Amino acid sequence: MKKHILPAIKLTAVMILFFTVIYPLAVWGIAQFAPNAGKGEIIEHNGNKHYVNIGQSFTDDNYFWSRPSAVDYNAAGSGGSNKGPSNEEYLADVQARIDTFLVHNPEVDKSEIPVDLLTASGSGLDPNFSVQAAKVQVKRIAKIRGVDEVKLNQLIDQQTEKPLWGIFGPEKINVLKLNIALDELK
Amino acid sequence: MNTEILGIIVMFTLSILLAIPLGKYIAKVYGGEKTLLDPIFNPIERIFYKISGINPHTEMNWKQQMVVMISINMVWFLLGMVVLMNQGNLPLNPDKNPSMSADLAFNTVISFVVNCNLQHYSGESGLSYLGQYWLMFLQFVSAGTGMAAAVVLFRAFRDKTADTLGNFYSNFVKSCTRILLPISFVVAIILAFEGTPMTFEGKDTITTLQGDSVEVSRGPAAAFVPIKHVGTNGGGFFGVNSAHPFENPSYLSNMVEMVAQLIVPLAMIFAFGYFIRRRKLSWMIFGVMTVGFLMLTIPNINMEMNGNPAIAAMGIDNSLGAMEGKEIRLGAPASGFWSIVTTVISTGSVNSMHDSSMALSGMNELLAMMINAFYGGVGVGLLNFFIFIILAVFISGLMVGRTPEFLGKKVEAREMKIAMIIALLHPFLILVGTALAAALPQYTADSLNNPGFHGLSEMLYEYTSSSANNGSGFEGLGDNTPWWNISTGFVLILSRFLPIIGPVAIAGLLAQKKFVPEGDGTLKTDTATFGLMVFAVIAIVAALAFFPVLALGPIAEYFSLY
Repeated sequence: MKKHILPAIKLTAVMILFFTVIYPLAVWGIAQFAPNAGKGEIIEHNGNKHYVNIGQSFTDDNYFWSRPSAVDYNAAGSGGSNKGPSNEEYLADVQARIDTFLVHNPEVDKSEIPVDLLTASGSGLDPNFSVQAAKVQVKRIAKIRGVDEVKLNQLIDQQTEKPLWGIFGPEKINVLKLNIALDELK
Repeated sequence: MNTEILGIIVMFTLSILLAIPLGKYIAKVYGGEKTLLDPIFNPIERIFYKISGINPHTEMNWKQQMVVMISINMVWFLLGMVVLMNQGNLPLNPDKNPSMSADLAFNTVISFVVNCNLQHYSGESGLSYLGQYWLMFLQFVSAGTGMAAAVVLFRAFRDKTADTLGNFYSNFVKSCTRILLPISFVVAIILAFEGTPMTFEGKDTITTLQGDSVEVSRGPAAAFVPIKHVGTNGGGFFGVNSAHPFENPSYLSNMVEMVAQLIVPLAMIFAFGYFIRRRKLSWMIFGVMTVGFLMLTIPNINMEMNGNPAIAAMGIDNSLGAMEGKEIRLGAPASGFWSIVTTVISTGSVNSMHDSSMALSGMNELLAMMINAFYGGVGVGLLNFFIFIILAVFISGLMVGRTPEFLGKKVEAREMKIAMIIALLHPFLILVGTALAAALPQYTADSLNNPGFHGLSEMLYEYTSSSANNGSGFEGLGDNTPWWNISTGFVLILSRFLPIIGPVAIAGLLAQKKFVPEGDGTLKTDTATFGLMVFAVIAIVAALAFFPVLALGPIAEYFSLY
């Protein structure tokens, strides 16, 4: 085994150079042409920058709420709740979320609340929610902001992202983009 | 048709369609034939060999190859301990993350050297960019190690009677440069343009629309994420792996990552057939693996789409399915599909939290790793499956009263002993580990995130994932403690190297034997009947070994939900 150690060390050294220096530098070079030069896609709004792909916490009644998060949307880290489906404590949390939602949205019937608004995402940073999750909040926002419900529904339609190429995967809405558009609605 | 189901069908079909020509290419690479990429990689590899003083044309027997493999793996392990335990003071650490403790570094390095990538840390806070890139290096070379070991098997059944079976260094380097790297590079570029960051800057601080101040972790992830899939490694850049919106930003990136993790294991099956000129045998292997895969994945897609019955009972709109631990851009069906792909092959990357999967979905994820041979990791999947073939050959030989033979070689007592030891090692490590963890609650009880049956599943999952060199987890388990770091570390070493050395030894021993030409009495191994036999052997081994513990964990939880 001893006579194999030295060649192994040398081979390791040259492969480190190739796979962890040259390869990533080549990718980095090409990524300079990607959105925001590979530093994460952003949108500017009122002088603040926001990462499109990183969800934000929306809990105020005048915004569309985002999904619950196990890490409160702090993207310094990431994480899910990791609660098992039969965990009683977890099921009590879900029930509490239903009750809170109904208190803030008294016109809504329980059967209209979509499950994504009651469950935490895997990353805790989910930037999206479902179309139903937006629609179920329209009455509340219309009342608080004094905007016509029809207008809000149009806004939701505009912000709905169709499945990939129209045929693959789910429909979704980027909550940040929707709320920015909501702020800009006059 | 439902767009989410359509997406899954396309991902799977596309992977198979790409794997067939890739298999042909891989067979050519290992056969030393001319390929399109020669002008690029011939000169690069010459530099590698010149500097390291290795002659890639020296023929080695199976024992020499295994010694070389162990030696270079030891070098990586020692170097890795140095890097991870000192990363806090080394360059490329913009977030000032600390060095790892000895037990955490032990677990992390072992798990990346053995292609498992169990992660008891979170990438955002646990690693510097230098540490990340050291692990990226290990993801390339550990995958290359598995593939080079599989080539010993390839050679053993191509050459009629042979002592030497190729050069380990040569097959290892070729796997990294000519197979893993080109695919990773293409995937990296797609991911960068889909939104995966590729920057060496550290955390950014932003003010949200509501006015809170939060930090956003970034990093050079676009180069890192592809090899995690192409090499079926699974170690994520960010803590939540491919559920993170930077690591897997869109449905398109999800499809690309899915295809990236499936194609090499699939292609290795076809490469085997091209290489030994028995393509029908490849289709037998592919058939058995695919039937097994579909039997696990279809129920999972279905259960995740139907959602949690306990939440449905609360009277809300449950039509999106089981969304706890899942991302909207990916959806429940694609997450259920991924959960089985990543466990049948040994990737272990996740795009949803398996801890929150439905009870029986969790059982299927466990079963996929317990069997560990429906496709399997790059190279090693085929080696694991080979063990089941040998068992099936022996049992069918006994049933029809003939000497067991595989591809013209007599399978005798010595080979059978090795095959039995390897087949039983996997359940042994999983069950003993779990039993110890359950028997010593003073070390383990505080780590559990869920009570009752699900808590047992969390411990079972951790050892299963370690022993299968998978690396996914029921991540609720608080696993960064000396108990988990050290106990899974030892399981990892045993479950990696013995299941490589065992099948390689069998192949080496068979290669030395006299070739017996096929006659009327030969048991044909490339037929559907024999495929069924292999499937039965797999089912019996898995069912007998694991049914009792599954009954106490996921099955008991399932019944408690209704």
